[in-house]
Amino acid sequence: MFSDHRLVAFETIVIKEVRRFTRIWLQTLLPPVITISLYFVIFGNLVGSRIGEMGGYRYMEFIVPGLIMMAVIQNSYSNVVSSFFSQKFQRSVEELLVAPVPNYVILSGYIAGGMARGLCVGLIVTLMSLFFADLGIHSLLITISVVLLTSLVFSLGGFINAVFANNFDDISIIPTFVLTPLIYLGGVFYSIELLPPFWRVVSQLNPIFYMVNTFRYGILGTSDIDVAWAFTMLCLFVIVLYGGCIWLLRRGTGVRS
Amino acid sequence: MTVAISVSNLQKRYASGTMALKGISLEVEQGDFFALLGPNGAGKSTFIGIVSTLVTRSGGRVRVFGRDVDTHVYQTKLDLGVVPQEINFSQFEKVGDVVRTQAGYYGLPRKLAAGRSEKYLRQLGLWEKRNDRSRSLSGGMKRRMMIARALVHEPRLLILDEPTAGVDIELRRSMWNFLLEINRAGTTIILTTHYLEEAEQLCRNIAIIDEGRIIENTSMKKLLLELDTHAFILDSDATLDGEVNIDEPGLSLRKIDSHSIEAVLSGGRDINSAIAALDRLGIRIISMRNKANRLEQLFLSRLRGKGNGEVEG
Repeated sequence: MFSDHRLVAFETIVIKEVRRFTRIWLQTLLPPVITISLYFVIFGNLVGSRIGEMGGYRYMEFIVPGLIMMAVIQNSYSNVVSSFFSQKFQRSVEELLVAPVPNYVILSGYIAGGMARGLCVGLIVTLMSLFFADLGIHSLLITISVVLLTSLVFSLGGFINAVFANNFDDISIIPTFVLTPLIYLGGVFYSIELLPPFWRVVSQLNPIFYMVNTFRYGILGTSDIDVAWAFTMLCLFVIVLYGGCIWLLRRGTGVRS
Repeated sequence: MTVAISVSNLQKRYASGTMALKGISLEVEQGDFFALLGPNGAGKSTFIGIVSTLVTRSGGRVRVFGRDVDTHVYQTKLDLGVVPQEINFSQFEKVGDVVRTQAGYYGLPRKLAAGRSEKYLRQLGLWEKRNDRSRSLSGGMKRRMMIARALVHEPRLLILDEPTAGVDIELRRSMWNFLLEINRAGTTIILTTHYLEEAEQLCRNIAIIDEGRIIENTSMKKLLLELDTHAFILDSDATLDGEVNIDEPGLSLRKIDSHSIEAVLSGGRDINSAIAALDRLGIRIISMRNKANRLEQLFLSRLRGKGNGEVEG
């Protein structure tokens, strides 16, 4: 994929990104684990025991895939948006821009860093969930590929947010007002079978709904949607967002004057 | 002689409409130590930004060692090292990591990157600080770290945008020695500075830029030869009671306080004539110093010649 010097540059960006989020693990790795554990305890154990079954599974088992996916989405996104914006803010992004690093290597490095954090937190949350539910894997291939594609999509999304951000408010607006509602309405806690027909159609416009349900299919073997269609959507998102990121870097939006 | 950098008709209009560069053409030869001077807002940093690709240009061409920066991106960036005016490294990283990471961006394998960063951190007196967070460094150390970072891939052309701003005199002189050393070793250097003494001490050629245009582009020697006036402050050993006011062709003497006299010489008159004139008045001189840096006088005269006397020196 990369020639020698580009591979070294790519490795350098990835190592720097991983070093960053592990150095500040109290801000990056611990909080999502605590938050998701609370979801397990409150929604899974306390409330879930009164709900009974959903989609043919115990409520705790039903929500575990969604909660893992929530951790992956939030952390992939926030790693790239906060890291790239903070480099813009400190102007240290100039170190990269003056060096002979092609745009696709810059993008790949940040995306790999975001995916690394998303997958790292996702793995920790998965291990934690084993204390609360008996998890099996229905399809390992689908489970792994949907996690990778989802973390890739949200890392790309975080990159676009960082490119346009001018201050720290700008990097929290999208996660707070767009991402969180989409995650909560994306079928993490319920099956869309429970919704009236109109809201069922509206839910299908939410991309996170496809990711959560495909991941749930990979683990439980049950889903509200067609898995092949979900993968097609995910691949389309990757292509469009990747193209958008490269176009923005080429134009120098947010980084060159 | 190979040309290290060549720009022709370089233009930059910012989104605000400000025309920062109005068609600059300039050549710097390989091995040169070149000064780019100008008042604040003249376009120096924009020029450096364009050459280092941090600023997109509105028109013109840039070639580095004969290669167009648009068509030979990799090689031209490899030939270039930039030390910007503003601090631009991650304040949370360790000093050694900042320099090694930069080496990685240039594709240097890990072992070579470690060796090079040690070499330049040692040369710039920062090796002992390699494990410190970069934000803990003093202002002068941060500047030196940025020089080490810019040199880690050993570029053929080094551009420094006011590298000694806010650095104390002792440190500034040690940085001058370091820069002269790497220039002697073959690195072409372009320097912008507000310290005109710095440009006079270090540089062989000079361009003065003002309001986005080059208003002077010549050798330092030639420029300084044009200066016909020298001003000195002479200190007397005794209190000067009466007035001192001599105004002869080529010599002007004026008391400025109870122990000091300003002497302005022109038309080939030397300092001996001033001392002799004071001796005739019974005034003994025990010390003297330049009133102002010679280049500073020239710089001001060039800008005033354009009707712009407001400069920051």
